[in-house]
Amino acid sequence: MKILVCISNVPDTTTKIKLTADKTAIDLANVQWIINPWDELALTRALELKEASAGKITKVSVISVGNQSAEPTIRKALAIGADDAFRVNAEAKDAYFAAFQIAEAVKTEAYDIILCGIESSDYNGSAFGGMLAEFMDHPSVSSVSNFEFAGEVVKVNREIPGGYEVVEPALPFVAIVQKGIAKEPRIPSMRGIMMARQKPLKVVEAAPAEAMTEFVAFEPPQPKAACKMVDPANVAELVELLHKEAKII
Amino acid sequence: MSVLIYTENFDGKFKKTTFETVSYGAEIAHQMGTTAIALSLGSVADNELLTLGNYGASKVLKVNDARFSNLDNQAFAAVIAQAVEKEGANVVIMSGSNIAKAVAPRVSVKLKAGLVFAVSGLPKNLSPFTVPKKVFHGKAFADVVIKSPVKIISLAQNSFGVKENRQTAVIEAFDAKIDDAAFKTKVTSVEKSTGKIILTDAEIIVSGGRGMKSADNWKPLEELAGILGAATACSRPVSDEGWRPHSEHVGQTGKIIAPNLYIACGISGAIQHLAGVSSSKVIVAINSDKEAPIFSAADYGIIGDAQKVLPELIGAFKKFKAEN
Ligand SMILES: Cc1cc2nc3c(=O)[nH]c(=O)nc-3n(C[C@H](O)[C@H](O)[C@H](O)COP(=O)(O)OP(=O)(O)OC[C@H]3O[C@@H](n4cnc5c(N)ncnc54)[C@H](O)[C@@H]3O)c2cc1C
Ligand SMILES: Nc1ncnc2c1ncn2[C@@H]1O[C@H](COP(=O)(O)O)[C@@H](O)[C@H]1O
Repeated sequence: MKILVCISNVPDTTTKIKLTADKTAIDLANVQWIINPWDELALTRALELKEASAGKITKVSVISVGNQSAEPTIRKALAIGADDAFRVNAEAKDAYFAAFQIAEAVKTEAYDIILCGIESSDYNGSAFGGMLAEFMDHPSVSSVSNFEFAGEVVKVNREIPGGYEVVEPALPFVAIVQKGIAKEPRIPSMRGIMMARQKPLKVVEAAPAEAMTEFVAFEPPQPKAACKMVDPANVAELVELLHKEAKII
Repeated sequence: MSVLIYTENFDGKFKKTTFETVSYGAEIAHQMGTTAIALSLGSVADNELLTLGNYGASKVLKVNDARFSNLDNQAFAAVIAQAVEKEGANVVIMSGSNIAKAVAPRVSVKLKAGLVFAVSGLPKNLSPFTVPKKVFHGKAFADVVIKSPVKIISLAQNSFGVKENRQTAVIEAFDAKIDDAAFKTKVTSVEKSTGKIILTDAEIIVSGGRGMKSADNWKPLEELAGILGAATACSRPVSDEGWRPHSEHVGQTGKIIAPNLYIACGISGAIQHLAGVSSSKVIVAINSDKEAPIFSAADYGIIGDAQKVLPELIGAFKKFKAEN
């Protein structure tokens, strides 16, 4: 059995967002790049499953659509413990384009389980995993907060309002994961970093495809009015403000 | 030409977010000079379906088929795509919920239709079709053009509001073509708490951070939530410590919420926390450190010890509730 984890290369979550002068793009100079946090957790869980599988899971691969500058992020995934990696050599114009590329790149590889994150922390698209599943004609389960094997059967928890459902998908399938999937992301060890240099990273050329959407302009958020301070000795004033000024109670 | 709105039901009932989605779709239909058609999958009674007319749907397509009482992403997407084709819809509207996240991307591929998730308002332009959206969890706003003939928009919760727009909706049974083999995921059990206000539904949320100091100190916070009819939430370290359940964790790696009122007690306001709460209409912060970054995100602030301020607030809100 083989697992594929789709990883997106995103600016560090604490990055200050600056726009280019013409406001048509985010200024990416001096940005630190990381593995999208959900993908790091997905990879961690994939490795845990492999280790617990007594040899049944033979390989955990990672794949990313991106140009050469995404390679340090992919190498980091290898350092964390992925066995091999693919990079589709193209700028990921949108989720539709990226999902199409990955479906093309792995269609002959027969992965049994594909893991994606529920959202990229940059463009907050929440689109990729479902699109990939549809391109591959695989079932998918989204909002997955737990992933286990019960013998041959895969059991995942899917979050629903107020709780969760246990879902058994037919394999191969795509799991779109969120909080809970793994506790803490694994951190690469020194040995992992050394070994990552030798692990295979295959570059695949992009297939012809179009993007369906395009980001054309950006704006910073409206500056927020200064916070109104209320004296802790007179909290009734806060209630009054929420009632009369903000009109929300 | 038409606008098709996929309406989610929860055990046969619609919620505020469904009505918001319909209100939004009806407004876009109005802008385009066309009609708004709602689509409902699963068992929903006709009198419930008719309520969609109150928010501008002139037709409700129902697929009254018990197989749709459990979500199967692939089967749901197939039927939604069939309905879009049958109605010749060129705009498809969904909510911003987990169900939309599960289904909308698949519909997008089926119809070769561009999808923008968590749109924050009406289209800025119909040609080219341009919608606004938050990116980087609210650190910037973007205009996104959808280039395909059919467009799919998911609306971010609480960004349009429920707007009445009474139409007499006609209900039409839609005979979707889908065989049992299309359902490839099986729900084997459900764990659900009842009676509690669900975080993503709540109008008011009272939340605590590490500044609450221990799990025992949550009593006044829960009491305040009770008085306000609010749900309770927490920052990530609080759920990591096990002081509160993981389902309460809000922020970039927890739940993204957009209530009318968010009361943050002993929360510093880290960027990853704000990513999940900054869409709240009004934020109140209680923090002992006047330099805490939460105050730059808040509308109202109290500098003080949450242990002392909370009982005072409980008293003041009780008094208010008694008088109003
Ligand atoms: C990739 C990543 C993702 C993350 N995702 C999330 C997320 O989704 N959600 C999230 O919340 N965090 C997240 N974090 C963690 C985040 O960076 C902060 O560490 C966290 O939000 C801090 O929680 P806090 O405000 O409760 O605690 P602290 O930062 O410790 O703040 C406690 C606050 O309480 C105040 N205080 C202390 N005593 C009192 C008192 N008696 N009365 C009143 N106030 C008092 C202090 O002044 C302080 O401001 C993430 C971090 C990373 C790296
Ligand atoms: N360029 C990419 N390469 C590989 N996987 C990606 C890429 N973009 C998004 N993903 C996957 O899709 C998830 C998020 O979806 P989205 O928010 O639609 O970008 C991420 O967590 C990744 O698993």
